[in-house]
Amino acid sequence: MSQDDPELLNVAPGEPHDNLLSETISYIVGLGLALLLTGVSFWVASTSAIWGPGIAMGLVVLAIAQMGVHLVFFLHITTGPDNTNNVLALAFGVLIVFLVMIGTIWIMAHLAANMGPTPEMLNLQMQH
Amino acid sequence: MSASEAAAVGLTHGASEDTGLGHRGPESKSIVVPYGFWLFVLSDIVLFSALFATYASLAHATDGGPASNQLFDRSLVAIETVALLLSSFVCGLAMIAAKRRNMVWTQVWLFVTGALGAVFLAIELYEFAHMISIGAGPQRSAFLSSFFTLVGCHGAHVTAGLMWIGTMMAQVWAKGFRPHIIRRLLCLSIFWHALDIIWVAIFTIVYLIGTLP
Repeated sequence: MSQDDPELLNVAPGEPHDNLLSETISYIVGLGLALLLTGVSFWVASTSAIWGPGIAMGLVVLAIAQMGVHLVFFLHITTGPDNTNNVLALAFGVLIVFLVMIGTIWIMAHLAANMGPTPEMLNLQMQH
Repeated sequence: MSASEAAAVGLTHGASEDTGLGHRGPESKSIVVPYGFWLFVLSDIVLFSALFATYASLAHATDGGPASNQLFDRSLVAIETVALLLSSFVCGLAMIAAKRRNMVWTQVWLFVTGALGAVFLAIELYEFAHMISIGAGPQRSAFLSSFFTLVGCHGAHVTAGLMWIGTMMAQVWAKGFRPHIIRRLLCLSIFWHALDIIWVAIFTIVYLIGTLP
């Protein structure tokens, strides 16, 4: 919107570029990459060509890559100086997301592993 | 605002006090409003991370009921995924048309965006109805409670987005491309792209990893 401003310091997330061709190409490239990554995800999930225990981790990596594609090509989050505020907010959001998810999964997995025996198992009359 | 007024509220470069807003004063509304909405979207993603963490903790707590790899249909999920991805792409095209104040193409692309979103939502509702009809409703097990909470919360966001798209089509039609309408459109596109990002995590964690052999 403020392409006339030579001192543009900030740009809003999702704001299209100024050039019609380059912004259309940006969306098409993003769509192509996202479709490719989605296709690879579905293929990886159904193939037997990959070592089984590694598939889940591979799918997570593909998902993170696709989220990056969406951020760059659809939301126009870049490393440019006019994007610093958007990137900092995103970085803080990602930090909280990882703290919540990894923290919860870590704690709950240990809790389940260390959970005491069930009441049936504690019934001493049943034990020899 | 005259120069003396600007100095009085601390918006000028020459004044000795630092406003903390840079040398040009606050950014224009066309930057501040979408940035604030970006902060909301990020906090919405944090909300979803809590739902994801809950689902990951409870995914195997099936209480003897159906497990994830007995319930989910990957081909349906593939159609949902492509519909939402195309919807996100077309939303970008609508923003390109809106920036050039092209009424016809803005309306056409917004309609296609909403139609693809409706396809996604219809498939999701069909899936939910089918699961509930075979006794795999949210009250069956902790796994299914967390599944319906996570995926249902995303579906509720898509529903809200569809209503927002309809509202924006009407507002663009009635009010034209005024600055505040353009800002609302930009916020809508941020919201819609973010929903697709969350769906990437859902189809990977819930549907693909959940149906691994």
